[in-house]
Amino acid sequence: MEDFREWGLTLAVFLPLVGAAIMMAFPKTDEQIHKVIALGTSLAVAAIGIVLLIDFDYDAADTMQWAVTHDWIDVIKTQYAVGIDGMSLPLVLLTMLITPLCIIYSWNHFPEPHNPKAFLILILVLHTGMIGTFVARDLVLFFVFFEVVLLPMFFMIAVWGGEERKYASLKFFLFTLFGSALMLVSFLALFFLSGGETFSITGLADAVVSEGVSRNAQLWIFGGMLLGFGIKVPMFPFHTWLPDAHTQAPTVGSVILAAVLLKLGTYGFVRIAIPILPEAAVAWAPWIGLLAVIGIIYGALGCLAQTDMKRLIAFSSVAHMGFVMLGIATLTDFGINAAIFGMVAHGLITGMLFFVAGSVKERYHTLEISRLGGLLIQAPRMGWILGFISMASLGLPGLAGFWGEFPAILAAYSPANGVDTTLFRVYMVIAALGTVLAAGYLLWLLQRTAFGTPSEEFADDPHIVDANREEWIAWAPMLVLILVLGIYPNLIFGVTDPAVEEGISECLSYEIEGDEASANFDVGECERNGIDAALAASGLALGDE
Amino acid sequence: MSLLVLAAESVPEVSFTRDANWFLENVWIVPLLPALSFLGILFFGKRLPRGGAELGIAALGLAFLFAVVANIAWFDHRDNYDYRDAEPATELDHSAGVGDTVLDIDGESDTVVLAAAEESEGGEEAHPAVAVLKGRTWFENGGVAFAVGTLLDGSSVMMLFVVTLISLLVHVYSTDYVKGDVRFTHFFAFLSLFSSSMLFFVLSRSTIQLITAWELVGVCSFVLIGHWWEEKPNSDAALKAFLTNRVGDIGLLVGMIILFFAAGNTFDIVTINEKAVAGEISQTALTWAAISLTAAVMSKSGQFILHTWLPDAMAGPTPVSALIHAATMVVAGVFMIARLYPVFYEGFGIADNSVNGLAVIGAVTVVFGGLLAFVQDDIKKVLAYSTVSQLGYMVLALGVGAYTAALFHLFTHAFFKAGLFLGSGSVAHSVHSFDMKKDMGGMRKFLPTPFITFLICSISLAGVFPLAGFWSKDEILVGTGGLGVGADKANGSYHLMLIMGLVGAALTGAYMTRCIYLTFFGEFRGHGHPHESGRAITVPLIILSVFAVGAGFLNLPPGFLAGSAEEPTGWQERFGHFVEPAAAYFPPIGHAVPSWGLAIIASIIGLAGPAVAYWYYFVKVDGLAKQTGEKLTELPNGITSRNAWAGAGHAVLVNKYYLDHLYNDVIVAGVKGPLARVAYWFNQNVLDGVVDGAADGAVRSGRFVYDNIDQKVVDGAVNGSGFLSSQSGQGLRRMQTGKVQQYAALLFAGATILAGIFIVVI
Repeated sequence: MEDFREWGLTLAVFLPLVGAAIMMAFPKTDEQIHKVIALGTSLAVAAIGIVLLIDFDYDAADTMQWAVTHDWIDVIKTQYAVGIDGMSLPLVLLTMLITPLCIIYSWNHFPEPHNPKAFLILILVLHTGMIGTFVARDLVLFFVFFEVVLLPMFFMIAVWGGEERKYASLKFFLFTLFGSALMLVSFLALFFLSGGETFSITGLADAVVSEGVSRNAQLWIFGGMLLGFGIKVPMFPFHTWLPDAHTQAPTVGSVILAAVLLKLGTYGFVRIAIPILPEAAVAWAPWIGLLAVIGIIYGALGCLAQTDMKRLIAFSSVAHMGFVMLGIATLTDFGINAAIFGMVAHGLITGMLFFVAGSVKERYHTLEISRLGGLLIQAPRMGWILGFISMASLGLPGLAGFWGEFPAILAAYSPANGVDTTLFRVYMVIAALGTVLAAGYLLWLLQRTAFGTPSEEFADDPHIVDANREEWIAWAPMLVLILVLGIYPNLIFGVTDPAVEEGISECLSYEIEGDEASANFDVGECERNGIDAALAASGLALGDE
Repeated sequence: MSLLVLAAESVPEVSFTRDANWFLENVWIVPLLPALSFLGILFFGKRLPRGGAELGIAALGLAFLFAVVANIAWFDHRDNYDYRDAEPATELDHSAGVGDTVLDIDGESDTVVLAAAEESEGGEEAHPAVAVLKGRTWFENGGVAFAVGTLLDGSSVMMLFVVTLISLLVHVYSTDYVKGDVRFTHFFAFLSLFSSSMLFFVLSRSTIQLITAWELVGVCSFVLIGHWWEEKPNSDAALKAFLTNRVGDIGLLVGMIILFFAAGNTFDIVTINEKAVAGEISQTALTWAAISLTAAVMSKSGQFILHTWLPDAMAGPTPVSALIHAATMVVAGVFMIARLYPVFYEGFGIADNSVNGLAVIGAVTVVFGGLLAFVQDDIKKVLAYSTVSQLGYMVLALGVGAYTAALFHLFTHAFFKAGLFLGSGSVAHSVHSFDMKKDMGGMRKFLPTPFITFLICSISLAGVFPLAGFWSKDEILVGTGGLGVGADKANGSYHLMLIMGLVGAALTGAYMTRCIYLTFFGEFRGHGHPHESGRAITVPLIILSVFAVGAGFLNLPPGFLAGSAEEPTGWQERFGHFVEPAAAYFPPIGHAVPSWGLAIIASIIGLAGPAVAYWYYFVKVDGLAKQTGEKLTELPNGITSRNAWAGAGHAVLVNKYYLDHLYNDVIVAGVKGPLARVAYWFNQNVLDGVVDGAADGAVRSGRFVYDNIDQKVVDGAVNGSGFLSSQSGQGLRRMQTGKVQQYAALLFAGATILAGIFIVVI
């Protein structure tokens, strides 16, 4: 086991690439072989995930586990450093779950122009990129994986997409690349300004303090990251690639995009931007919060204006990721825990919504809401599932969505020291208003698609059948998780909380007097040297002013 | 603040205990039973001989028995518990750090040392009624563990009884009522979940648990109101109920968040209450929290102006209406006020006041809701508006500090309102319509049992001595302390509330008289041959009307026939003794002294309303009908057609004060239509315009560079897959690959240059 901890994560990251390489060896026509290899690979990765789940030391969720550090590119002081802690564990496992489910879902209905070989290879490459991003502990490594994700998704949309795929895929690619470029600029600037010694995330956090990077530079660097990550999230006003990409992407592409890809952005905030540059985070927080609440309301209004089911769900992502960003912007452990919960919940729920939308499209050959109706009559189980996930999506307590939303709203009442409280209380009320709009657009969607009677056009269509076997296999785990996480949220909070406290709260050591802008940033305490030291440090910070 | 109100007895500084009778400790089983039956019915219901109904009835039956035993156990606990073992809630260790035993909130390792309460001198101290608190960790956040569990005290154990009893009767009734329905099984599944959610709600020990159960109740009502979702009006009604409640939920979320921080990062209800009573929460926080939570109550408990969903909710099957109106859903708001009573009591400054937000909302709802009941043709809508009005009484009572009276009215109302709804369903079932004017009339001949029970429940609702409604309504009126009643023991002097309450009493009797005449008297105006209902329907009706008669005797006013206000006899104030906490988490409220004078005046006013209605319907209309031989439901030349003002008033009522127009046509349509469209237009034209413009600009400059520099200067360095290739008709994939690679190369080059500039500049 000790050995496995050494190479387990590396295996999980690169196994999909191996699978993809093997698939290259077989001709395109052997579809069954490709399917089996792809599924087998993703299941093997999922098995590693299960081992990880069992082996993970939950009492030390604040430390990097299964961590590996190897020299990589000495010239630029970058290392191959991977590891996992309480913040990344839920997201890694989510990725490991979603990918095999997507492959199962595609089993018998690959979108046009078919070609399972290429499609599945792309998924596997994506898989490597996604897991890699979540486990990377080095900025260059992070960046590489972050970019690896881009190309397969681009092709997936450009080749297997809908009518407007050309425009949508290019927009997706360029938008994200634009953000990546700024992110890279930030990373490089950070590297050089902090002495050019390391790209390690924790190392940089220390170096920023020890090298005394100027506040101004920190603000600019954070700004660059804000754009890079913010586009991926996507935050208003950088979200316009999302509805197009989602609408045009094949079902599985939409699911992966919603479930995992968007989280790369938010994860970047909690893993990189805030721990390395806490002071800049405080300065930017009001703006992030502002964009977040605008996103919540704006996304919801966008939903209300939609006539296409898939586009509506895409816009709902903008609103939901707004809640996640609001939680992050509070810079409190409560808010960031909520954000991570929100990422997982949104992944499961919106992923499911896209699955159902895909299945509706397959049966009705349209997603025009006005032409649909009576799904509950024609495909009752699917109608039920749509109702269930709509409820989850609108944040019903007892289902997963609530635990990302409510604690984020709650945290906004009392953001971290140095962040304007009054302003965030206004954000809180606006965000709460957003929950009403969310209920509005989701229930209207439900009413127009699932309730009522089928339109004449489809009333006797024999192709409209209830959920089939592959759909059930793909959906059941997600549905169960939505329910289980909703009933017992500690499954995630219990894991993330120690890591968030260690990784974030400790960076923003609180000052007793709570003087306006003079919050005292003791970034040196960010070192991951065990919870005891951190607790002692925070005790110290609380004790002497 | 309640400085001037002197409670007769001082309350010891204890709040709760962790050990009590087994039934009180394990009361979580009660909501679990229907939750299990929900799952059972959902997955196996269709395979069972009675479509799952038997599972639901069995679960509710067991839950009811458990609740009864728990109630008996509570009697014992209330009077005999040795409170020296009990604990003040502030000792409850929610704020444990990571290193502490956060995962074991109620376990053995909890080593909180408790100061035993000491009896004050002279033995004046009341015997406390300490709550029973159980729970375990639900989730941790920010290093703090938050518990889920049960908070059992008099009010919740009473609610267990009401909810399980009503729900059980509704289940039995439904086996006949929805027999043959397409979604029979599904209906019973959600009846179970509805009951379970409500039981979970009344047992909640933390505010976040309250929120959870509150929303679950809401979603069950959504499903059940929209039971026949094939018809758009039904799903509209379901959506309206859910969305209106969501609006109120903003208040709920905000209010609970304020309390969370004000009470020191805790969701625990006992702690919040204790701190509110002890004055450890700032007045500002309490006031804002109380105002926010009131918004939630307005939507959930159908208070004016957020009541509009309630009458529409009649689109659901009648048993659901009975459940919603009597035992679940709408009383949730009232119960929430009672649960967090110190917050409202201190927040609104209820003591020694003569007006406050809660009382005003209640009073307005009493009258305005009652008026609307006069213009309804649908029998269920009459009852719906009657519920609105009666909920107004409860909120009014809580607003004036009459805590026990509010819960007592909730208790009695549950029985007669359930009886009325189920009775109306029985009638409607036989004529296949709810329209009193078109399809009913003279029903007493066809349906004798529902007629009798409906009559009894109506009289009880109208508050006629000595039926249940009389006692609870009278207590509320006394509790207002207005116009000098209630001696000086009431919590202030709410004159306006007393007057509105009296007006409401007159209205209640009058509209019920109208309803009874239109339904049961006169000539039958419908079609076919109505038939008496089966036993599954009549037996619940009879049981409910027995309670509608007798429930009031549980809380006879002190000094009634025997004893005195200072020393009530054994049967006086039993209910108050049972439900009202005497512990550190409850404010020292005053108790108004009953007044014979008020009881008599209220009875006279309460009977004057029905007397006028009787004269109009039973004498004038009936007489004219007999004279002309026509089937009349009103006088052909009534005052509304003769007098412009009366006509206008009638129009306002028929249009429900135009609130629906405001909500649907102005607010909802405004957001759905123009606002959403503007936002989307902005998205497509402004934001996307910028993006597309930038892309276009890049392509143009690229083309310029290509044409003028690349082709002419660096001739041949870049081959044919340049920017212009988009027009060159090559294969899609190849083209885009080429394009992307170039973009990527350009952007990375740009990034490096930018980074260089950045470093140099800063």
